[in-house]
Amino acid sequence: MTTENNGDQEKMETKTTPSSLSSVASSSKRKVVNTKAMGTGLEARGVHAWFGNHHALADVSLDFAAGTVTALIGPSGCGKSTFIRTLNRMHEFIPSAAMAGQVILDGKDIYDPSVDVTKIRLQIGMVFQKPNPFPSMTIGENVLSGLKLAQLKTENKDDLLEECLVKAGLWNEVKDRLNAHGGSLSGGQQQRLCIARSLAVRPQVLLMDEPCSALDPGSTLRIEETIEELSSSMTIVIVTHNMQQAARVSDYTAFFLSDGGPGQMIEMAPTNEIFARPRDKRTENYVTGRFG
Amino acid sequence: MTTTNSYQGIKPQRPWQASTKDKAITVGIFLFSIAFAYGVVLVSGLNGKLGMFASFVFIFVAINSGRSYLQFGSALAKDSLVNILVAVGTFLTLIPIVSILFEVFSKGYKGLYLGFFTRDMSLNSPNDPLNTGGLGHAILGTLILVSIALVISVPIGILTALYLTEIKGNFTRPIRFLVQAMSGVPSIVAGLFILSAILYPITKNNSAILGSLALAILMIPTVARTAEEVLNLIPNDLREAGVALGGTQWRTVAMIVVPAAKSGLITAVILGVARIAGETAPILLLAGGGDRYNYNPLSGPMGSLPHFIWNSFKNGTPESIARAWSGLLVLLVIVFVLFAIARFFGNRKVGK
Repeated sequence: MTTENNGDQEKMETKTTPSSLSSVASSSKRKVVNTKAMGTGLEARGVHAWFGNHHALADVSLDFAAGTVTALIGPSGCGKSTFIRTLNRMHEFIPSAAMAGQVILDGKDIYDPSVDVTKIRLQIGMVFQKPNPFPSMTIGENVLSGLKLAQLKTENKDDLLEECLVKAGLWNEVKDRLNAHGGSLSGGQQQRLCIARSLAVRPQVLLMDEPCSALDPGSTLRIEETIEELSSSMTIVIVTHNMQQAARVSDYTAFFLSDGGPGQMIEMAPTNEIFARPRDKRTENYVTGRFG
Repeated sequence: MTTTNSYQGIKPQRPWQASTKDKAITVGIFLFSIAFAYGVVLVSGLNGKLGMFASFVFIFVAINSGRSYLQFGSALAKDSLVNILVAVGTFLTLIPIVSILFEVFSKGYKGLYLGFFTRDMSLNSPNDPLNTGGLGHAILGTLILVSIALVISVPIGILTALYLTEIKGNFTRPIRFLVQAMSGVPSIVAGLFILSAILYPITKNNSAILGSLALAILMIPTVARTAEEVLNLIPNDLREAGVALGGTQWRTVAMIVVPAAKSGLITAVILGVARIAGETAPILLLAGGGDRYNYNPLSGPMGSLPHFIWNSFKNGTPESIARAWSGLLVLLVIVFVLFAIARFFGNRKVGK
């Protein structure tokens, strides 16, 4: 497969790709990486997923290196969200759900029966599509809610609160009203609050399931800046429908597609290659906007 | 400031609303229908308030629909017909409620005086004038009966609702069915059950706690069903967010789901209390009655508002019957206040 694609690659180089895509994609550079806190990344091996009899995802193997940002792109219904939910065992919340394969964190399969699933979700945090701050809590309580939920101790809550809100790019907007309710914030601010909330338990990996799809462009930009900053200290996987966003924020991009059957991972490569020289014809069609 | 000049002469209008002329015509038809109905009652076999009402509705509907038909055609004529029938139905529903309220207030206020709320009837006979005696013992009794029933049924009811909405175990369907069936159990059945299961074989004596047990049986399904509906309104996003932060299911429910549903759960409890506050049958069987203050729920007959009302009517003297109406008024006001509080909490937005 790789040999026959090599020829395509060379041809592709002369091809004109949308300038906005290629220029930002090539600017996604490697950062200085702080390796001590973020473990050794995350690895999916032969992951399948079902809903009842519906085979939604087939044989996805992906390696998320520590300190990288990986974007999952692809048309609706191709299994991106299903896949990302298998990575921190949120998939099993759907009553008819089933899965096969392994997800390796720190050398251990998170689906191993001996694993405490709540510990896994502390290490692999998640940000959802729709901002969902806890309505009964203030902004400050929302950020620290993970500590209470998981019954973790921390020496200095105020420092942690500030650190998380600063990292999520929300501190300046809310520092004077930490006791206001989360619902009083705008949609974009709520989503950054949710990011701050998931940072407070210090995850190694952060999964983001279309975190900007409900937000305006300004808020989207803020969240992309946040992702950029976070990527120096953790591994990030982001599902997005927005290819410019994938090009802007990610180091690697994986393209998912379903041809009527279960969704599959078509190809994964450094982001600038996916957009400039995709190996697979279907990827090329998708990233150049010929379908999807 | 000066930019408004270019819009001079344009005033906000509501062209979709009925004009003054239309309104006047409608009022005219209304008055004409009343007069015509009065005429019908005078000349025909229809008579009384009911005949007047029936002929008024018929004439009013006929004229209005005819007018719509001539003006707009048959579709809008049907629309106007149905509108009027709906309004008539609403009016008919209000009649019994309003007349009950009117009756209770007009007959009940006479017996009210300050001591009525603090004194009991232990030193009074049914013939005593209305400014002696009172239902303090009955209010206290109702408070004790309801409080004990509340303490028993709120935890059970809310835990049942949590099982139905959060745990969703194998028994969800049969339990939901049983809870729904239980909410239709007649109160006398609950009373007889406690009577035969506890009073006859064990205590052999009336006491408030037995009445509370029967009331709890009636209250649990109300609390459980209302709480289940409230918990179902909490978006699943919040549960997922809690679990994704490393919470166990129990901590997620306790810290996020229940606080988010707090105002609705309070409503569920208050509706449950309103359901049992006026229950009579099990109280007559189990708590007995009595005309004096009894502070001990574990032994001896205990008064209650429903029992006070029932007993006073039974005594049959004019003073006693007046006291019964006053007792009804007090009970109605208590239940109405509870519903108002429930509405207040129920209308508040989730979480705030």
